[in-house]
Amino acid sequence: MWKTIVRRLLLMIPQLIALSILVFVMAKMMPGDPFTGMITPDTDPARIEELKEELGLNDPLPVQYVRWVKNALQGDFGKSYTFQRDVASLIGERAMNTFWLSFVSVILLYLIAIPLGILAGRYQQSRLDKFIVFYSFITYAIPTFVLSLLFLYIFGYKLQWFPTGGSVDVEAEPWTLRYIWSRFYHILLPAITYAILGTTGVIQYLRSEIIDAKTMDYVRTARSKGVPMRKIYTKHIFRNSFIPIAAFLGFTITGLLGGSIFIETIFGYPGMGQLFVYSIAARDYSVICALVMLYGFLTLLGSLLSDIILSIVDPRIRIE
Amino acid sequence: MLLNLCIVAIKMIYKDFGNYGANIMKLMFFLSDTYTSLKADCRKGEGFLEKDALLTVRGLHVGFRINDRFYDAVDGVSFTLKHNEILAIVGESGCGKSSLATSIIGLHHDRNVRVTGEILFGERNLLELDDEEMNKIRGAEIAMIFQDPLSALNPLMRIGDQIEEALAYHTDYTREEREEQVMRLLKQVGIPKPEQTARQFPHQLSGGMRQRVMIAMAISCKPKIIIADEPTTALDVTIQAQILDLLKELQEETGAGIILITHDLGVVAEMADRVMVMYAGEIIEEAPVQKLFMHPKHPYTRLLFHSMPQLHSKDERLHVIEGTVPSLANLPRTGCRFSHRIPWIPKEAHEKHPSFHEISKDHYVQCICWKHFYFRKGASNNAARR
Repeated sequence: MWKTIVRRLLLMIPQLIALSILVFVMAKMMPGDPFTGMITPDTDPARIEELKEELGLNDPLPVQYVRWVKNALQGDFGKSYTFQRDVASLIGERAMNTFWLSFVSVILLYLIAIPLGILAGRYQQSRLDKFIVFYSFITYAIPTFVLSLLFLYIFGYKLQWFPTGGSVDVEAEPWTLRYIWSRFYHILLPAITYAILGTTGVIQYLRSEIIDAKTMDYVRTARSKGVPMRKIYTKHIFRNSFIPIAAFLGFTITGLLGGSIFIETIFGYPGMGQLFVYSIAARDYSVICALVMLYGFLTLLGSLLSDIILSIVDPRIRIE
Repeated sequence: MLLNLCIVAIKMIYKDFGNYGANIMKLMFFLSDTYTSLKADCRKGEGFLEKDALLTVRGLHVGFRINDRFYDAVDGVSFTLKHNEILAIVGESGCGKSSLATSIIGLHHDRNVRVTGEILFGERNLLELDDEEMNKIRGAEIAMIFQDPLSALNPLMRIGDQIEEALAYHTDYTREEREEQVMRLLKQVGIPKPEQTARQFPHQLSGGMRQRVMIAMAISCKPKIIIADEPTTALDVTIQAQILDLLKELQEETGAGIILITHDLGVVAEMADRVMVMYAGEIIEEAPVQKLFMHPKHPYTRLLFHSMPQLHSKDERLHVIEGTVPSLANLPRTGCRFSHRIPWIPKEAHEKHPSFHEISKDHYVQCICWKHFYFRKGASNNAARR
């Protein structure tokens, strides 16, 4: 098993190299440059040229690329032009925010989706099932921003139950109980929104897997052994039905750092998604490249993680 | 298999010796009949005393729902299974033999299947029991072996656990005792390394091994009846023989009654004591195995035998039965159901309301058309190129 993991990790290297070239070229192909938004009629064109020269933006692309890779390998992703900060530390801070938001979201999502999926599959064609399917398609059909704005308006603005933006109360001292509570409090509304909207996939997968599993021959075998239906569900059907959900878990875990562009932007939550949108708008090349590289790496890692998890739950594809 | 060869050999002798041969053949039949019945009686031991039925099925109908109407796939079937007996149910795909077997163990889905009639097991009518009461019988007193052992085993559960499951619900053994029992069972069905196999998953075993595991599972609680639904269809030929031998051996040991469902006449010849031939949801012929193979009567049975490829025949064509079984919804429910597949036999030869006639001891045939049946000459209509 370890051999397989090391081999897969080594295989990632060429994939990441290819991705880095693509990312770099595409970032550079975007119209405009970091100064586009800052130019005023008073700006001296010579000054811009000077700045460009200083930042190395006038060098040929291959030179810029090699310089970027060289630095990146040493952990230096350059400086954000707009934030005037080190990209690595900027992303690190945002990643922590996003991680906590996603973590709470995913926990809530599974808490909602797994029971609903099981109930819908178990009592297929019942009124309950029809209601759950209806719910899951409704939430699938609602665009993220619509529900986010609705929740923000109702619970944040009208009822004032939740804060409408930010990640923490500014007055709270770091790492006191109040600080931790405040962070959790800020996370809650976006997390609930995310969880409600994300349930469709898990519910539908689980439901159809359970319905399929019910007609499987091994269920008939268990019945012919005299196992009560209730036990057949817990011992035979559910375990088999969770395989695809488990297969997604790897992506879900690495996805925790990805963040949701819509949710974070709308709720004003300073996470990765928001940073990504902002840096694209500002042509902040070093941030964009670092983020895309990170997302790419996480996706590759997620697929590896999924394979490992799958091989743990399903003996048929166990990596020997 | 052996019996088949015998038949072929006897047929050859018959051709060569004419009348003289016929006499010899009669003698041979007599001898072989006496021998097998003697053998059977020895094997059954006290079987003489307990001729009573183990399972009695009366007027069983199994209907499937198609567009809010129920269509009977099993249409008024009655039979008995005796102690210590292997009863084979033969018929082509879709004739209702599996539906029949599944209804005995009560595995039909309630909403879309309607089962009526009587299935008497001991004092009780199984069709009147609720699921909980049925669960006490399933696995403990009536067990089932399925066709495809790979899909019939849970892919995520270890072999040992799957066998243990039946024991857990029907015995009050402790965990250790159950594990011991699993080892014993695995050994009993001829698995060489029981300890290792018990820890393995189904996909790690070969097809034959998997079917052995299924059999171990079925016999784990010493059931009185084992229903084997085409137990060798998914296996290759060499393994088939092994599995059949094993089944027969275990049956002799435990004295269970076996209902063997198959479409392989070779399997029937090798295993069965009694045979029922099913066509379109009805039993059309029932006889002890010797009688059926020596003197098949119903046109369908005769055509079935006729369509078996014969090793020594010079005929290059494979005989087939014309037409197909009508689908469930289009099945004619009156008259002889086989009539439209033997169109050269006049309509008058069939009974209007076919009934089951005992034409000799223990030999029953549906409809009287067998008396008028002949094989059609001119192979072109009746045979297909191989």
